Amino acid sequence: MSDRIFVATRKGLFELRRSQGQWRIAQTSFLGDPVSLVARSPADGTLYAALYLGHFGVKLRASSDGGQRWDELTAPAFPKKPEGLEDTLPDGKPWPWRVEQIWALEVVDGTLWCGTVGGGLFRSKDRGQSWELCRGLWEHPLRKQWFGGGTDLPGIHSICPHPKNPNELVVGVSCGGAWLTRDGGEHWEVSHGMHAEYMPPELRENPATQDPHMLARCAAHPDRIWAQHHNGVFRSDDAGSRWVSIPESAPSVFGFAIAAHPSNPDIAWRVPAIKDEQRFPVDGRVVVSRTRDGGKSWEVLREGLPQEHAYDLTLRHALDVDASGERLAFGSSTGSLWVSENGGDSWMQLSAHLPPIYAVRFA
Amino acid sequence: MLGCAAVPRISFTSSLQRHVSCPTEQVGGTTVREALEQYFARHPQVRSYVLDEQGALRHHVVVFVDGGQLRDRSGQLEPIGEASDLYVMQALSGG
Repeated sequence: MSDRIFVATRKGLFELRRSQGQWRIAQTSFLGDPVSLVARSPADGTLYAALYLGHFGVKLRASSDGGQRWDELTAPAFPKKPEGLEDTLPDGKPWPWRVEQIWALEVVDGTLWCGTVGGGLFRSKDRGQSWELCRGLWEHPLRKQWFGGGTDLPGIHSICPHPKNPNELVVGVSCGGAWLTRDGGEHWEVSHGMHAEYMPPELRENPATQDPHMLARCAAHPDRIWAQHHNGVFRSDDAGSRWVSIPESAPSVFGFAIAAHPSNPDIAWRVPAIKDEQRFPVDGRVVVSRTRDGGKSWEVLREGLPQEHAYDLTLRHALDVDASGERLAFGSSTGSLWVSENGGDSWMQLSAHLPPIYAVRFA
Repeated sequence: MLGCAAVPRISFTSSLQRHVSCPTEQVGGTTVREALEQYFARHPQVRSYVLDEQGALRHHVVVFVDGGQLRDRSGQLEPIGEASDLYVMQALSGG
């Protein structure tokens, strides 16, 4: 079981450590600066932190000593937009070819993959010294249908590698659907089966404009992928080619975060909220929803969570489960952080006073 | 007079110094862009803090040339004088 949690927030990166049964903040980095994501290389333990410095752009830092010292890497960036090329969003505004934020970061078999708000998927084969735009996806004609959901530009927020085949990835785009490559990013296909009730009828099933908020893959059974979509929950049983709708999920189908059990494909957790403009917990009660039967039924877990006038919203990267499947942690945009050591049956509040939480990751 | 030749100079807001080393230095060039490029050649890490990947001034960055604000944000082609003072700072925005 993992004894370390990294929490990326609007005002810094926090590391919590468990010692003698207690979780405490053991280390802080980048205090005062927004950290949108944190990732750890399973191979060598290198930590990567994605910063968004409001004035000075997106930055990427790495630490090889567990977060004591951070070195600046090259941040992913688009190539120069060709002179005279007209690239517009569906609303006619110029598509700026600019990385607005790092929104997904995964280390897959030595390659760093990075999804961005701005719509670009990038990869680095030299540990963040240089980056290459994944042109297979960027130049796919359906990319031009993507649009921003809550941001001006569309963004790639989920990268789900196949644990046995590093060339096979599924990525999630808001709003641009779920995409699958089997050849390391050369060719991509959009996956089908999601639908969006909030769209005009003729566009509801368009796979390239879906809004999956987050994708989560079962490590031991990689054919099983979960999606928390703007419209509700979907499940793939074929490694991301097709999605089936999970029509019911207590206490509501809306939410951002979803986590897959690492070994049991039928277990997943989500942190629901009221759909879709209000975005706070149903009845002001913070709960976690858990299925143990592949999404047929959902238990509402509330022990240890605030059940009165609690308006904590959990963003898409702010829920994680460790490799044992027993420890979970989630944080909120109002700075609360909870951990469970029994698969979600009960929860402990670790803080109510952190900055707005963007991402929670066990390490 | 020897040693006192007038050359343009670039300095940076202290809020950028917090993230990346960017000492005040003398540069050459006849436009803001040329002066910036000379500076970035010596301090390549500073570039991405000031310009985006398309070469435009970042949305929340401003450059003052002898007290006047740079207007050509995409190309920075405005001319500078032999003794111009360039000051790079962040636009004021909340948070």
